[in-house]
Amino acid sequence: MAEKPKLAVWKFASCDGCQLSLLDCEDELLTVADHITIANFPEASSTVLDGPYDLSLVEGSITTAHDRDRIQEVRRQSKFLVTIGACATAGGIQALRNFTDVQGFMDIVYANPEYISTLDTSTPISAHVNVDFELRGCPINKNQLLEVINAFLNKRKPNVSPNSVCIECKKRGTACIMVTQGTPCMGPVTQAGCGAICPAYNRGCYGCYGPMETPNSSSLAGWMGDLGVTDAELQRMFRTYNAEEPVFRQEGDRHGEESL
Amino acid sequence: MSDSQDGTRTIKVDYLARVEGEGAMYLRIRDQVLEDVKLKIFEPPRFFEALLRGRDFCEAPDITSRICGICPVAYQMSAIHAMEDLCGVRVEGALRELRRLFYCGEWISSHTLHIYMLHAPDFLGYPSAVEMAKDHPEAVERGLALKKVGNDIMNLVGGREIHPVNAKVGGFYRAPTRSELAALREKLLHARELALETVEWTGTLDFPKFQQDYTFVALRHGNEYPMNEGRIVSNRGLNIPVSAYDDHFEEQHVDYTNALHCVMKPEGSSYHVGPMARYALNFDQLPSDIQDAAKAAGLGPVCTNPFQSMSVRAVEVLYAVDEALRIIDAYAPPEESSIIVEPKAGTGYAATEAPRGLLFHRYTLDDEGIIKDANIVPPTSQNQKMIEDDLRSFVSTCLDKTDDEIQYLSEQAIRNYDPCISCATHFLKLEIDRG
Repeated sequence: MAEKPKLAVWKFASCDGCQLSLLDCEDELLTVADHITIANFPEASSTVLDGPYDLSLVEGSITTAHDRDRIQEVRRQSKFLVTIGACATAGGIQALRNFTDVQGFMDIVYANPEYISTLDTSTPISAHVNVDFELRGCPINKNQLLEVINAFLNKRKPNVSPNSVCIECKKRGTACIMVTQGTPCMGPVTQAGCGAICPAYNRGCYGCYGPMETPNSSSLAGWMGDLGVTDAELQRMFRTYNAEEPVFRQEGDRHGEESL
Repeated sequence: MSDSQDGTRTIKVDYLARVEGEGAMYLRIRDQVLEDVKLKIFEPPRFFEALLRGRDFCEAPDITSRICGICPVAYQMSAIHAMEDLCGVRVEGALRELRRLFYCGEWISSHTLHIYMLHAPDFLGYPSAVEMAKDHPEAVERGLALKKVGNDIMNLVGGREIHPVNAKVGGFYRAPTRSELAALREKLLHARELALETVEWTGTLDFPKFQQDYTFVALRHGNEYPMNEGRIVSNRGLNIPVSAYDDHFEEQHVDYTNALHCVMKPEGSSYHVGPMARYALNFDQLPSDIQDAAKAAGLGPVCTNPFQSMSVRAVEVLYAVDEALRIIDAYAPPEESSIIVEPKAGTGYAATEAPRGLLFHRYTLDDEGIIKDANIVPPTSQNQKMIEDDLRSFVSTCLDKTDDEIQYLSEQAIRNYDPCISCATHFLKLEIDRG
């Protein structure tokens, strides 16, 4: 039998939720481990095998000089590099620092900010190295993660839809809450993948999967304005978990200059 | 790794495994005396307390849940209760019960993750649960099945298990129906057997003999084992409302690590939060059959051996499964899924019991409901000094062992706390020489 491919899971600035998604695959985890060697996954195992690695899953964004160097080394050791989650694909919520003076942020949180070593920005992995595939979401959907691993093992392209959340509401049979209830919803501009959870729970989508392939965010913002959503609220909606995604950044900038 | 010269032994672990987040450990031993202990955390800061400023009060639960993917419910609950405290709102009845059910899901899932996937491999001599499964498949499968039921609760009540979407200030966006909750019942009955087996199983493990004279701090609620509310109490006579937290605890900047350690005033002493503290201070609130299960697993009403915390977590899982069953059986859907909360200017406080211990939130709002100030103290930053104290005491008892053994045991001593470095570090940060 051919040797099993080697998996590595890397963490940068993040909440650990996306790598936890792998451990949350309670029914599949041991089967996955039958097909791929968990070679470097410190959160789950104290054994670390040397690289190179066939598949690297990268969680988190780049926020320090050290991490900026470390991602280069990760790339060198990785044959196929997949970023998982909004931090790795878009800089995450910590990219809100990009809209302000990071020194001000440090003064708020730390008594002795001179001890803190951090970059002015939080940036996605793709701003630093070539990324072979990006899996979106805050957090990612564990079924999509399994699909990515499965596709890798079978040498095919992952089947991950670039459509909007609206398509998933239709599939799920959820009546449009924006149309029927007048609830502001980011679904029309947000990439599918979560399964349209929020509208099914009577709540507008808040965009945690980032922009879909061809979003018309200015049109959506206009409709939301008609529902009474203020510019300040619109700016916050576009500037949360995927604030650095260019389309969301642009739309956020259109609704007031006041920085966060 | 370790090195030895001139009678000085230095033991370093550059990347702690099976903890949530990025941490390191440093020990220096000279002439058989432990001279220096450092738990280092090198997670990059994410500045949550700063980025919350200017956000709407209703956004705090979702934003703060991103501090930790392992205990997002705890962040949501502390944020929500702090906002309700500020706005003078109390959520009672079925909505209160649903929140408790939601929290039970996180306790079951997070504790079981720690017991089976992060902690047990230490005691059975494996690097990971996946490796352990080759020789102990029944244990690992039991853990995964039990963990899944916790996630099922969070999935139903919260919409998803990581960063759930359904909880809000005032209640929930949508309350589940009776029949939706009833569908969990069979799973929970099975989970109860698994949880009981887990308590028994942890009782069979061989824990290092080690005791600490802890100052335990936890919530205490007169009528129930604490989750979402109560007074902050200790085994040394502390008994305060949550709003007085800042008068009794403070975050100190420790120069040698550049870290914020949370300590008790006025002496700056360390204290212990988490399952062992909750258990010691609320043992009387556990039903007698669960008390009996704890006793059968070798636990008294107070446990002071941190290695045995695994059994305490197992007891809490059993309690959370029972509590979830009780709530589901008594559930009558609320008339409204949430009550309206009007913001007002002021400061609000809340502490809830995250799986890893007391999680304190404080917010100040303006009269439009915009956050002007936020302070969040997660359990791991409260335990950080305690972990170092444990290491200091524990390593001193095993200096005759080899460096490899000391390193192995020390890592275990850290894992006793199920430290969530992702949580801690987003508020406290130490800079280390990476050269």
